[in-house]
Amino acid sequence: MSDFSGEKIINSLRRLVNLLSTLLGLVLILGVSLIYLELYYDPQHFEVFAKNQDEESVTDLAESTAEIDLIKDGIHIPTGLIDDVNLDLVVSNCTACHSAKLITQNRSSREGWQSMIRWMQESQKLWDLGENEEAILDYLAKNYAPDQKGRRVPLTNIEWYELEP
Amino acid sequence: MKDSRRDFLKRAGTLGMGLTMGAEIVFAENLPADFPLLGLGQPDDPFKIIQKDQGLSILNDRPWNVETPPHLLDDKITPADKLFIRNNGLVPQDIKIDDWTLTIEGESAVTPKTFTLQQLKSSFKHYTYQLTIECGGNGRSEFNPPAKGNQWTTGAVGCPSWTGVRLRDVLDSVGIKNDAVYLGYYGKDTHLSGDPEKVVISRGVPLKKALDDQSLIAWAMNGEDIPLMNGYPLRLVFGGWPASTSGKWLSRIVIRNQVHDGPKMTGQSYRVPCEPVAPGTKVADEDMCIIESMPVKSLITYPKSGAVIKQRQSLDIRGHAWAGDQAVTAMQYSIDFGNTWHTCTLDPPVNPLAWQHWSARLSFPGKGYYEVWARATDSNGNKQPMIIPGWNPRGYLNNACHRIAVKVT
Repeated sequence: MSDFSGEKIINSLRRLVNLLSTLLGLVLILGVSLIYLELYYDPQHFEVFAKNQDEESVTDLAESTAEIDLIKDGIHIPTGLIDDVNLDLVVSNCTACHSAKLITQNRSSREGWQSMIRWMQESQKLWDLGENEEAILDYLAKNYAPDQKGRRVPLTNIEWYELEP
Repeated sequence: MKDSRRDFLKRAGTLGMGLTMGAEIVFAENLPADFPLLGLGQPDDPFKIIQKDQGLSILNDRPWNVETPPHLLDDKITPADKLFIRNNGLVPQDIKIDDWTLTIEGESAVTPKTFTLQQLKSSFKHYTYQLTIECGGNGRSEFNPPAKGNQWTTGAVGCPSWTGVRLRDVLDSVGIKNDAVYLGYYGKDTHLSGDPEKVVISRGVPLKKALDDQSLIAWAMNGEDIPLMNGYPLRLVFGGWPASTSGKWLSRIVIRNQVHDGPKMTGQSYRVPCEPVAPGTKVADEDMCIIESMPVKSLITYPKSGAVIKQRQSLDIRGHAWAGDQAVTAMQYSIDFGNTWHTCTLDPPVNPLAWQHWSARLSFPGKGYYEVWARATDSNGNKQPMIIPGWNPRGYLNNACHRIAVKVT
């Protein structure tokens, strides 16, 4: 008697689950089709939607990106680095821990820059740069190569001033 | 919308400045010096953050590395706002002076002990010495091929007056085992990677240097708290040795039965080739030797380079000279690129390991461009070279003569 009732309840539940699954499936198909149609017929809809939601933050992002990307006289103003191909990789990988001034005040050959990267990886927790390493080395070796300066350079940048006796 | 946001940023920026400047006196010691108030924009004046004279040159701002032009080192005792900064990591924040402790331990310590600052001050006799500290890499910018690191010119040196207790007295109270040979320090600065477990720098000196009369555990500089950027509230001071041995934000000292092997003691750091090498040579770690006493050196601190004087006008020049563990025994100048050298007046040091003052009055034979070169000689007879001395991979120990430009019209 009790076994019979249990079986009946389980059967009813099964039918209910089946019904719900079918309904859910239909809703899903309808939804996906709707999104597809929306995108297909009105490709700007999605953008408009985003704009309504995040108009302010999009504006903010654009403006702060402009500040972050400011280039003047070939120099990337926020870091002082020379503007060239792969600047973005250098900024993102090399200035997370230390100031860009550590780059701009140094000069080295490609091998020298690579050995600095290895030293930072071995002792200063720099991550594996992967395929970006070659691009970063291209940038550094080109823009921060050594000058030939001999055993003693002439005095430069002298600011002349009258010295009263 | 854009305008209002700009206005907001402007206001926030002003607020940030106000906070920085307003907090300068009240919270100066707690100011998170390496973190310029995120979200409020960069304060316009980094010199307010580091509390240094505007005339200093910022080589690096993360970590802070700042040097002093020679004409700003003219004071006989280097003032706090003109002492260079050579930091390897980030300055500790939220320093609570009452909770600060110094622990002396290590395999060659008999009875490891921990002292509060107050205990340190009340348990041992106080000493004050004027001690020269100079970064091992001072002058690095002139090496060719270039050496990596902060490109110091001449300004990573200073000679303030330090007050503290003798390291020897503190070590004696702990007890030094017979096998002790070296001493290492640990400080409270944070590694650039942000990893709180990673030690920024832990160097030291041989026991013999540690036991010198002038080797101090110092809490005061020029009679005031040591500046935060220079090691507040406690640091080691070993005059005449690479300043990296004089650990800042000092919290622990280890007495070692071997040469200390903390970060920047090993590999190529603060080491030079044991045997001279040709410029650009790769040198294996095992062929690099630890720098100890710094070489003889001098600066012309007056006048500032670029002086234009009238014909027949005499010129007074002056400066300082120092020589690691040695004393400076002679000081000379040349106005003809070393053809002839003339003697300067040289004062004795106020105490061992303090820089010495020198001066001269000179005249020029006629109109034209001149360079005044200065050259010191130490008690072992070593003279400063006019050209850049022996090349080494990391660009240490450049003690070449300092020179200034003078025009006679």
